[in-house]
Amino acid sequence: MMPRAKLKAQKVEAAETLLAERALPGGGAWLRRAREAARARLVEMGLPSKRDEYWRYTDPRRLTALEAEAGKLHDTQGEAPVFDGFDRLKIVFVDGVFDADASDALAMEGVEICPLADAAGMDLHWARDLYGALEARGQAPVERPLASLNTAYATEGLLIRITGKPAKPISLIYQRSDQQADAILHHVIRVEDGAEATVLENGPMASRFNQVMEVDIAEGAVLHHIRAQGRDHERAGAAHLFVRLGAEAQLKSFTLTANGALIRNEAVIWLDGADGSAHIAGATVGDGAFHHDDTVFVNHAAPRCESRQVFKKVLRHGAVGVFQGKILVDQVAQLTDGYQISQSLLLDEDAQFLAKPELEIYADDVKCSHGSTSGEIDPSQLFYLRARGLPEDQAKMLLVLAFLAEALEEIADPAYADDLRDRLEAWLKRRG
Amino acid sequence: MAVLDDVQLREGVDRETVETVQSMAGTYKHGWETDIEMEFAPKGLNEDIVRLISEKNNEPEWLLAWRLEAYRRWLTMESPDWAMLDIPMIDYQEQYYYAKPKSMVEKPKSLDEVDPKLLETYEKLGIPLKEQMLLAGVEGADAGRKVAVDAVFDSVSVGTTFKKELAAAGVIFCSISEAVQEHPELVKKYLGSVVPQNDNYFAALNSAVFSDGSFVYIPAGVRCPMELSTYFRINAENTGQFERTLIIAEKGSYVSYLEGCTAPKRDENQLHAAVVEIVVLEDAEVKYSTVQNWFPGDENGKGGIYNFVTKRADCREARAKVMWTQVETGSAITWKYPSCILRGDDSQGEFYSIAIANNWQQADTGTKMVHLGKNTRSRIVSKGISAGHAQNTYRGLVSMHPKATASRNYTQCDSLLIGDKCGAHTVPYIEVRNASSRVEHEATTSKVDDDQLFYCRQRGMDEEEAVALVVNGFCKEVLQELPMEFAMEAQALVAISLEGSVG
Repeated sequence: MMPRAKLKAQKVEAAETLLAERALPGGGAWLRRAREAARARLVEMGLPSKRDEYWRYTDPRRLTALEAEAGKLHDTQGEAPVFDGFDRLKIVFVDGVFDADASDALAMEGVEICPLADAAGMDLHWARDLYGALEARGQAPVERPLASLNTAYATEGLLIRITGKPAKPISLIYQRSDQQADAILHHVIRVEDGAEATVLENGPMASRFNQVMEVDIAEGAVLHHIRAQGRDHERAGAAHLFVRLGAEAQLKSFTLTANGALIRNEAVIWLDGADGSAHIAGATVGDGAFHHDDTVFVNHAAPRCESRQVFKKVLRHGAVGVFQGKILVDQVAQLTDGYQISQSLLLDEDAQFLAKPELEIYADDVKCSHGSTSGEIDPSQLFYLRARGLPEDQAKMLLVLAFLAEALEEIADPAYADDLRDRLEAWLKRRG
Repeated sequence: MAVLDDVQLREGVDRETVETVQSMAGTYKHGWETDIEMEFAPKGLNEDIVRLISEKNNEPEWLLAWRLEAYRRWLTMESPDWAMLDIPMIDYQEQYYYAKPKSMVEKPKSLDEVDPKLLETYEKLGIPLKEQMLLAGVEGADAGRKVAVDAVFDSVSVGTTFKKELAAAGVIFCSISEAVQEHPELVKKYLGSVVPQNDNYFAALNSAVFSDGSFVYIPAGVRCPMELSTYFRINAENTGQFERTLIIAEKGSYVSYLEGCTAPKRDENQLHAAVVEIVVLEDAEVKYSTVQNWFPGDENGKGGIYNFVTKRADCREARAKVMWTQVETGSAITWKYPSCILRGDDSQGEFYSIAIANNWQQADTGTKMVHLGKNTRSRIVSKGISAGHAQNTYRGLVSMHPKATASRNYTQCDSLLIGDKCGAHTVPYIEVRNASSRVEHEATTSKVDDDQLFYCRQRGMDEEEAVALVVNGFCKEVLQELPMEFAMEAQALVAISLEGSVG
């Protein structure tokens, strides 16, 4: 067999082995159909392999293994969780399972929230047009088999319909209690015409997690999404964010990642309506056995849209940062403004930064640019600060925070940005 | 009035371009076919053909074994599918792998014995094969610069000029088949040492069936007294050309090598899979410039050359330097990534590229800078222009290995789109495995500036001239890196390649 056919056969076989022992969970007709279609997609694609183009920098084996690896829980040393000081609607998942007792009542003006497990039994649900639909669309041009696996098997997650402007942010809290938990979560969010909401996510989730969030932002609607992925070292996970934006819709998504043996965050954004705007940003701080991968795909499919990708990584002690970002501009998407920056600061000789920032452009009247840099702390900046009396470690920390600031600035509400910045500073101080 | 001066200067330079364009107006200039009897090997590819090629070239046993090994590896490989190219199925059994002008079966003793029709072809191409090319106004007090031409007509080198002067300097510049006979120890030592037989599908194919190409050896401490030039020309229908070029620059030497390509107009697609290997030793410097103007296919996408090339330079020792400059305007499909392996400490690699794709052309081209040694530096400047229905991709790799500390890369890729049916893509791979290296990558994509076009039109230029002028300005950073001989031709080519892209 020639090499490519052989690889494909191996991937399909791996998928079949993984699925052999797993029956699809039940549910209403709408959900069953979506699950069966996703399972078929997965078998067709096979599991991801290190030899796939979009896995060349990240080994997916830990994410595709039959069993999750056990991982110690992180000792928070009494530190309060991120977003603790904010007034919000709290929804708690423990090891990827919805915990109604620990959560607030799922009721707030301007929003309908239903756990996936409850909706599964219904014959009809508004989410039927979205569940698995955006994930399926996101399989081209690049296959994302882990997301199909999620659609087929997720029994936990939330179906959130935002109809107005809820007074408080919706805060999803992911706690860990079991060293072996293998979580699959699937959220669907629909932001109706003109609605606006903030969705917060924080916490380490599980020893291994596979999360999908499908988001549909209707005309003129706005979604703020801020995610802090916890600080547990010993865990691995993949998160997929699929977002479709209508005309004049806006998305602002920010992710803070610190620690984790292997974290892959994929974002797939479609600007389907004219004059939409999508900002995706990420700040990453990695120390030691840490492999973090941001894989972002932004598709301009309508005229006059704007997109921004800002990703910053600070790495040391063998930490590896990966950025794969693509801006695809369709022929109809004239007057597109696309921007992408990925930068890494390597604090010692063991750290690595691997990047593939891509542009694929089929419209001529566009303004698209990307930049990518990697380097150590600028010695002249360090010298400047030290000359003004700052001790070296303090000067370095200041420069690291300044480096990450551009990504944090993508958060619209400065209160959240400040909270995250303070956290980062405290973490960096403790680590020395 | 600095601004005005600037404008006048530009006008002065580019008026010449416009005139050249006018003089070359019409369709593809180099599209004709010379009627010379060809001696073909039978169609198709198998071990016997490989043996036949080796035998026809009177090669030693080791080279035949080397070719056969490459052929066997090739059989287990697949044509690469990762480039953003839509490559039609190529039937490798429908190609001829060996063709030489019949009058060459017995090697001519001098140029006088060369088939006059061949010489006529070169004349049409404008290659001054027999005489020195003197260029006025070239810097330095030299009486003028000289260009040695090793012309490749299909598969056999027909004539090499300036042999004596080069020989006096100790420079070897000959066809690779000649080098196999005259300098087997050098060929054996370096062939395949930069691009191994199984490096990739097309390199493996080339290794099995390469027919001819150039061989350059610059001894230690020698600055090659003239620029070396090879004109490739594909001539016979269905004859794939598999050129193999090997350049060795010994310690402290310098050479500037020019490669220019034209091909006759054809309906049948033609396959070309060349390999260029460059070995650069301590303190040596090699400058390799290409103007590639093969038949790109007609305005409906019919015909054109498939250009699948592997070019790589190995800066093997300290302070070696290599510089690739390319102007890619031709070929229906281009798959080409001239690369630098920066192995020696303080070695340097540079890549300057202009890739123009018009009508239905597809180009996937770029470079690889592999930093292995300390304090190595690389610079990439790529200008891609897409027009018509063309797709143009920059694909590049910058890799900083853990030991390549304190290294530096700067990459700039700009794309220009003319019309809304074409595509411009950028696919850089950036791999940084140590902290003290600095890597910077920038890319932009935009369309031809309406203000600039308006300005030119207002001054009486027609739209096509205006676009040519603006595009030449866009490419200037690369054009100025070309040797004098090529710079003028390249400017003209930029304009010609964009004919019919506006209006």
